[in-house]
Amino acid sequence: MSERVAVIGTGQTKHAAKRDDVSIAGLVREAALRALEDAGLGWADIDAVVIGKAPDMFEGVMMPELYLAPALGAVGKPIMRVHTAGSVGGSTALVAAHLVTSGIHDRVLTVAFEKQSDSDAMWALSVPQPFSAPLLAGAGGYFAPHIRAYMRRSGAPGHIGMQVAVKDRLQALKNPYAHLHLPDISIEMVEQSVMLWDPLHYLEACPSSDGAAAMVLGSEQAAAAAQVDTGRRPAWVHGMAMRSEPTMFAGRDQINPRAGRECAADVYRQAGVTDPRRDFDCAEVYVPFSWYEPMWLENLGFCDEGDGWKLTDAGSTSMDGGDIPWNCSGGVLSSNPIGASGMLRFLEAAMQVRGEAGEHQVDGTRRALAQAYGGGSQFFAMWVVGTDKP
Amino acid sequence: MAEAREPVTTLDTPIRLEYLFSAGIAQSKNLRGLAEGRFVGQRCPVCSKVYVPSRGSCPVDGVPTDEEVALGNTGTVTTFCVVNVPFAGQSIEIPYIVAQVLLDGADISFMGLIQEIPADQVRMGLRVEAVWVEPDQLGPSMASVKHFRPTGEPDAEYASYKDYT
Ligand SMILES: [Zn+2]
Repeated sequence: MSERVAVIGTGQTKHAAKRDDVSIAGLVREAALRALEDAGLGWADIDAVVIGKAPDMFEGVMMPELYLAPALGAVGKPIMRVHTAGSVGGSTALVAAHLVTSGIHDRVLTVAFEKQSDSDAMWALSVPQPFSAPLLAGAGGYFAPHIRAYMRRSGAPGHIGMQVAVKDRLQALKNPYAHLHLPDISIEMVEQSVMLWDPLHYLEACPSSDGAAAMVLGSEQAAAAAQVDTGRRPAWVHGMAMRSEPTMFAGRDQINPRAGRECAADVYRQAGVTDPRRDFDCAEVYVPFSWYEPMWLENLGFCDEGDGWKLTDAGSTSMDGGDIPWNCSGGVLSSNPIGASGMLRFLEAAMQVRGEAGEHQVDGTRRALAQAYGGGSQFFAMWVVGTDKP
Repeated sequence: MAEAREPVTTLDTPIRLEYLFSAGIAQSKNLRGLAEGRFVGQRCPVCSKVYVPSRGSCPVDGVPTDEEVALGNTGTVTTFCVVNVPFAGQSIEIPYIVAQVLLDGADISFMGLIQEIPADQVRMGLRVEAVWVEPDQLGPSMASVKHFRPTGEPDAEYASYKDYT
């Protein structure tokens, strides 16, 4: 029998193209201090730290967790690093949560970051490999062909991706921490932006951001104490799971990966979710390229295969009148500090459940889903958080 | 008197990493084939799927793929994108077409450059053939394949490649 775990504090940086006012250490510390303050705790109250980021090649700082230990109050305490490419922020939160459910620790600080202005992710993702032709052109070049295949398979009309691009940017206007604030965003503006990786326009892709996310995860006892101290309720974790599959195998469905479907089935079973569209009040899902919204709607079982684009088209995923708002924070399309992007999904879902999401709050949220994916759509991390103690 | 200057806020520090890469038994077979201007795949004894390039074992069944399969020079574009973004270290002039090419007789597609056709005419199902570099430039690398070009055959049926995008 495992212990219960809850989110008792959240913190994030103002995400921006270039945070040249802080170093990497300053960036992670800014998010961590906000999470501690939110939880009503100090550094001394933390038992262990779990940190995640995208591959070291990005900033060229090898094993940054070692250098960051003092900035995160981790000197003399257990600190560990998690690696699962773009999904890492989600996986990092899950590893931290397991340190509580296993009964080992009461209060764990978990942090994820990327400082893209110190790095060149496009280059790091496109380094020539031995004996290969140098064809890969960043993440967009990898995912665009899968998007085209989705469009062909589902028969989705071409404007769906642009709709997501507009919807998430409009929602980002309600989130003061979001990197992109584009008040004039429109379908025409997206359509007129450069076609970077046909069929993907520039404005259908995520930005490059500097940013960090942090959460304090607590045991049942820690959650009760934090609620008394701060007056803020915890977000209880109702289910959590990770799945992965090989990047390449014959017959692999890269549009609707099996690892994602099985990961969702696992968290839904743990949380008692049978109809995700009805049972969740909102969701934060890793959508770095616009078309991944309809693709993940299907993968996560919010509709039948082939119908994801119809939900997007009908406005069902919009905060503005939709029944299942996705990415009220603006999502990855509005802020992409890569390593932190997955944790921001997990953190934003917790903020919704705690009623702390401010202007982008979905009123009355009782249960929310967070998902992060990474690599060539082969790493998945998810959790379900809710207001009720499980 | 000190001149007023902009403060130094960032510093580029290029790093270099050199390494020796051992291709291993399975990949070496494929690479030797490329040096001879041909594609060599391997078949899984359990699921019968043909992998090219093969890593030496089937990722699904976890068994060695010992049987070599000679593959032809033609295949089908299963999906593609038009790359129109410049980045550091890029060696191909933009815009260019990167496609997933499914060789005839293979069960997995790989990335290939499509040329000798206007970008707006490339489509899913397009039949293509490999164009190799001059014989004296052939080597154990995918760089031996200059690009793929249309064969002029009718497009492949969607059903024939839909599971290989
Ligand atoms: Zn097999």
